[in-house]
Amino acid sequence: MSTQNAFLQGVGVGRGAVWGPVATVRPAPVVPADEPFPADLAAAKEKVLAAFSDVAAGLRAQAEGASATVADVLTATAQMADDPALRTQTGQRIDKGEPPLHALVAVIDSFAVMFTAAGGYLAERVTDLNSVRDRVVARYQGLPEPGVPPLDRPAVIVAPDLSPADTAALDLEKVLGIVIERGGPTGHTAIIAGQLGLPCVVRATGASSLVDGDIIAVDAANGTVTLDPDDATKAAVETRRAGLATLAEATEDGATADGHRIALLANIGTAEDAERLTDVAVEGVGLFRTEVLFLGAATAPTEDDQARVYARALSALGGRKLVLRTLDAGADKPLAFVTQEGEENPALGVRGFRLVRHAEGLLRTQLEAVTRAAKETGGTPWVMAPMIATVEEARQFAAMAREAGIQTVGVMVEVPAAALRARDILAEVDFVSLGTNDLAQYTMAADRLLGSLVDLLDAWQPAVLDLVAATAAAGVETGKPVGVCGESAADPIMALLLTGLGITSLSMSPSALPAVRFALSRHSLETCRAIGEVARQAPTAAEARAAGLALVDPQVREILALG
Amino acid sequence: MSQRTVVIASRVGLHARPASLFTQAVAASGALVTMGKPGEPSMDASSILMVMALGIGHGEEVVLESEDDGVLDQLATLLETDLDAE
Repeated sequence: MSTQNAFLQGVGVGRGAVWGPVATVRPAPVVPADEPFPADLAAAKEKVLAAFSDVAAGLRAQAEGASATVADVLTATAQMADDPALRTQTGQRIDKGEPPLHALVAVIDSFAVMFTAAGGYLAERVTDLNSVRDRVVARYQGLPEPGVPPLDRPAVIVAPDLSPADTAALDLEKVLGIVIERGGPTGHTAIIAGQLGLPCVVRATGASSLVDGDIIAVDAANGTVTLDPDDATKAAVETRRAGLATLAEATEDGATADGHRIALLANIGTAEDAERLTDVAVEGVGLFRTEVLFLGAATAPTEDDQARVYARALSALGGRKLVLRTLDAGADKPLAFVTQEGEENPALGVRGFRLVRHAEGLLRTQLEAVTRAAKETGGTPWVMAPMIATVEEARQFAAMAREAGIQTVGVMVEVPAAALRARDILAEVDFVSLGTNDLAQYTMAADRLLGSLVDLLDAWQPAVLDLVAATAAAGVETGKPVGVCGESAADPIMALLLTGLGITSLSMSPSALPAVRFALSRHSLETCRAIGEVARQAPTAAEARAAGLALVDPQVREILALG
Repeated sequence: MSQRTVVIASRVGLHARPASLFTQAVAASGALVTMGKPGEPSMDASSILMVMALGIGHGEEVVLESEDDGVLDQLATLLETDLDAE
């Protein structure tokens, strides 16, 4: 959607895009402080009462064409506009000599004060009362009706801001998107737009200069509003709309356009997470972080406790793959019963598999529990150890795991030493899995928990890419699986690059799966390889990503809003 | 002037939909009907704003007054029904 300059720049909500005519929400009318006393009292009174009736009739007419929920809101508001007490009290005040609009506002305000004081349901009705007030005042003054106009065709709602009542009254069948001048990405309008899947741009300064009937394109992914979109921009919007709709529904296994298979897996922390995957289109679990069982516990969970949890996860997944990682404690994940005190530099201390040095029993119990769960459920879990740095460590873990009865044994590659010697490590085990977050931390000497170093922790850093590529190449050479279970697998461009390097599975948070599945399905293995080659020639992280992005299919870039 | 004391059956009290249905029934009857809590001033029963402002909860008593006995009986029956359940 970069074919045209944006007319407005705001903050987008969601990834959607849409184009259509503008329908402006009109501001509330203002009652002049020096409202004149009417010359003809009776006529003025008549005019106010007629305005009440007209507003009620208008709301009822609007309710007829609306959906059930919206119709209820409109009918209830119409009943308020018709309320005999409002009319009587307003009439009495006018008779006493108050200017008509002041009288009307005073009466409604007295109810608003009473309702607010009552709280709860009544307090929530104050917005409806105010909406009646604004409508009647506008009617009396001969101004167009304030609030969301009745939509006779699909339109983009443009407003300074939307009240919850305005939002509730939106006719969702006709609202294409929302642009508001105020609000924020966590405000109620943004939240509701997000839930409804409506493309929305908030904080769009200058939105009030748009008028009814202007044609605009709204791009939530980039937070832009384009006035009078050209054909190319409109086509780009249509592409994104159609693409987002289809990718949410896709359930096929991960594969490139030419059929090269890449297993798409989920990262989980608990058996409940596994149970939540029942209806999710995912081929299994690529990382079960078992430390969640241990964290916060005063003593180590027993073999029974653990076996029960692992069996639950295996049962939930049925025949699908499950890669279980043994306890990864220490550093930022200390455990009361095992972490050594007095480590000055715990990220470089006794963590992950290194715990075996003084707490071997812990690992043996865990491996026994996994074997028991596998026997009970008939499942065949893969098991891997975290923080392996040397061939000896890989060999030691493989021996322990096989002794316990585990059939498929692997290790994590998250220390540069292991990545550089991946071929030797793979000679000891059946598979490896790259933890790109820790690999970046240890390659770049940057604490992964420090937000201020986030640029150094970028998985696109050329040195990190080199280590990932070396590990993938060792897998290709030995014919053994090399997976990625770090956050980088969730980046669609990185997922293409990893596929090109020869990675065999990608494990990520389940919400990231649709975009990755879609990106893979639109590129051939050859393109993925080319992305790997150009990215690896780049001297910086930003250039590596840009080089990879340049080879991504334009339609995929558009739909996934990969800027 | 006749009176009826009625217990509100609607679970949400005389709010929202029940209040809307009740006041519409009063208006449709064409009779002048007032309503209030026992011992308190009574209000125009056709005004949804006044009726809601009374804040009558489920199980509470209200006193209806009108010249028209037939209308009173009909309205009393309405209030003794759970209007939110329909």
